[in-house]
Amino acid sequence: MTELINFLTISTILVGIGVYGLIVKRNAIRMIFAIEIIANAANLNLIAFSRYLGDVQGQVLTLFAIAIAAAEVAVGLAIVIIAYRLYKEIDVAEYRSLRG
Amino acid sequence: MKEGLGMVDSIFIGLSVLTIGSALFALESREIIYGAISLAISMLGIAGFFILLDSPFVAMFQIAVYVGAVAVLVIFIVMLVRTQALFSSKEDRGRQIAGLIFSILMMIGIGIVLLSSEFSKVESNPLVDKMVNKIGNEMLTYYSPAFILLALTLAGSIIGALSLARREDQNSDTDNDFAAEESLKFSNSAEGYGNSRMTEDPHVAQDDFLGQKSQKKRSFTKLGRFKIK
Repeated sequence: MTELINFLTISTILVGIGVYGLIVKRNAIRMIFAIEIIANAANLNLIAFSRYLGDVQGQVLTLFAIAIAAAEVAVGLAIVIIAYRLYKEIDVAEYRSLRG
Repeated sequence: MKEGLGMVDSIFIGLSVLTIGSALFALESREIIYGAISLAISMLGIAGFFILLDSPFVAMFQIAVYVGAVAVLVIFIVMLVRTQALFSSKEDRGRQIAGLIFSILMMIGIGIVLLSSEFSKVESNPLVDKMVNKIGNEMLTYYSPAFILLALTLAGSIIGALSLARREDQNSDTDNDFAAEESLKFSNSAEGYGNSRMTEDPHVAQDDFLGQKSQKKRSFTKLGRFKIK
């Protein structure tokens, strides 16, 4: 059961869930959740390939990816806070002045 | 090992159900704070997969960063913006169905590509010994420029997040007495509390935590002056 293909399947399902969330949800915080789920699916892929290739490069890359994802969440949530302060709303369809 | 369900297999199935179920619940829960906790559980499930893939160091890092830092940050932000805005679900039906169809098509497409590839026949290579030592070596020799850049990025993002989220109309605690006196002079006038958009709906502004905090601070400075007199 713990073959490479099983981990890749789980990762694919997680990416699908994340894309669904990004398309459907209009709540800014929930969109950040969806982005996190996609990032974690990518990390799972990296670790699975790293294990089955017998190499540590994938793990090093995953460590970097996790740290960058944490930075991205911090900035994203700060942007949500400012937008909430300006619009009193975290619905992204209400952020009209960001529209081109 | 081939016959029946082994220990590792049942752990794998349990982790899959936990991860995918809580990822779905994170997006679909009615209250967003339960969604945040569910996201943390999903990240915990991913860390379990990392342990199953013989990378305990990355699993610990994942738990420390995601369950320790990101989940707490998200829950804190959810509590900061907790109003009726969180409960309005204004997503329309057509969009939901379109998203569902698109994501399922995407999953099927990637799944077909994966299953028809050679990945299902990959044999596992032997485990690397002294793995953490090797990770440290790689990180500090070959990847050292990336490591330094990562440190700078983290510092920059934290400073950026702080400067984005701070309020201009509020004195920080490090301000001197002169600035506090100045703010006291203007505290009773209409300006000095947010921009005009903040004040157009005073009811909502009082409900939210940020507004309460700034009002509390102002009353405290008034009290301080009263005591000095």
